[in-house]
Amino acid sequence: MNTLDPVVLFFVLGVLAGLMRSDLRLPSAIYDFVTMLLLLAIGLKGGVELSRQPLVELAPQMLAVVAMGLLLPLLAYPVLHYLGRLQRADAASIAAHYGSVSVGTYAVVAAYLTSQSIPFEEYMPVFVVMLEVPAIVVGIVIARGWAAQHQWGHLAREIFLGKGVVLLTGGLLIGWIAGADGVLPIKALFFDLFKGILALFLLEMGLITVSQLGDLRRSGLFLVGFAVVFPMVAALIGGSLGWVLGLTEGGTVVLATLAASASYIAVPAAMRMAVPEANPSLSLAAALGVTFPFNILLGIPLYHAAVRLILPDGA
Amino acid sequence: MHTEIRKLLTVICEAQLEPRVIADLERLGAHGYTITDARGKGARGSRNAGWDRSANIRIEVVCEAATATAIAADLRKLYYENFAMILFMSDVEVLRAEKF
Repeated sequence: MNTLDPVVLFFVLGVLAGLMRSDLRLPSAIYDFVTMLLLLAIGLKGGVELSRQPLVELAPQMLAVVAMGLLLPLLAYPVLHYLGRLQRADAASIAAHYGSVSVGTYAVVAAYLTSQSIPFEEYMPVFVVMLEVPAIVVGIVIARGWAAQHQWGHLAREIFLGKGVVLLTGGLLIGWIAGADGVLPIKALFFDLFKGILALFLLEMGLITVSQLGDLRRSGLFLVGFAVVFPMVAALIGGSLGWVLGLTEGGTVVLATLAASASYIAVPAAMRMAVPEANPSLSLAAALGVTFPFNILLGIPLYHAAVRLILPDGA
Repeated sequence: MHTEIRKLLTVICEAQLEPRVIADLERLGAHGYTITDARGKGARGSRNAGWDRSANIRIEVVCEAATATAIAADLRKLYYENFAMILFMSDVEVLRAEKF
């Protein structure tokens, strides 16, 4: 059951090439393009599913997921600040990264479940969007406090108009408006090619992961440990929430993985502007250098096995 | 050919700062600027432009000495502490002084 998906092997290739200092590099315009396609494809898929069922039915689940997005950084912060002795700004920024989600990790867990023919709630991309933002707000409030933050308007722009949120939400809306039949003409690009695009994306992610290793060496063992242990705790919370919400086996694995993942698109951009004194190389080294590879190589199969233990009948 | 001396102010910083720095330049009276993508290595590590977060830009402004000094002082106050940024100035000869 635990066979490595070929897309994950592309990630491994990227890591190996990076470690051996190959001159391999995805041109940055291509990386941008590949990221755009992934975000849009994920949004479209979720939107099409939304068009099949009333949004009202999902409202309680959405609220619960947002609550989780607020809770995770509040859990992460004290660990980082008191146990890890990180400065307030750094701890708040890292907490925001871990409370938010990684779309790349979502794409991998979706591919993992699909390749094993395990169904999951196709509206999950809605949760991805809902989980992006709350943690950013919590992180900023921890670092700055409510009162001191006089530029919320400016920040809201930064947060909601970042490409990640715009493309995901845009894809969702387009999929929702167009419906299953409406998206047929663009299916070839966004859905049929999805895995190939994901493979290219992961190749570059492998290279990026290796480029974080230098920073990781400087950041100390505590952060490395945090970047492995916290996602597992978060996955437990996400998985339990999925169980409480009555999600399918696949859906529970997705929610656990979303909780475990750490953002590297929306949050770094927002934190850089809102909490500039936080060292961005700490949070990126943890999120990209440790947590992303951990989740896609070991985490997802692990969370899946754990969910199987809880739901032995496959629910 | 008649030429006049102006300052060329070069700023190299994180690509993410672009909108903010541009707003500062315009507020402080720069008449124009040129931006190019850049990469390199410095105190804040290698900025290899492999992806968004590690991209740099180079902003060049030709202006009067007073404007250049004002911009330099402002940028230093606003960004030096927390962002990857360097700036330097040099004299350049220009043909149409009224443009700058």
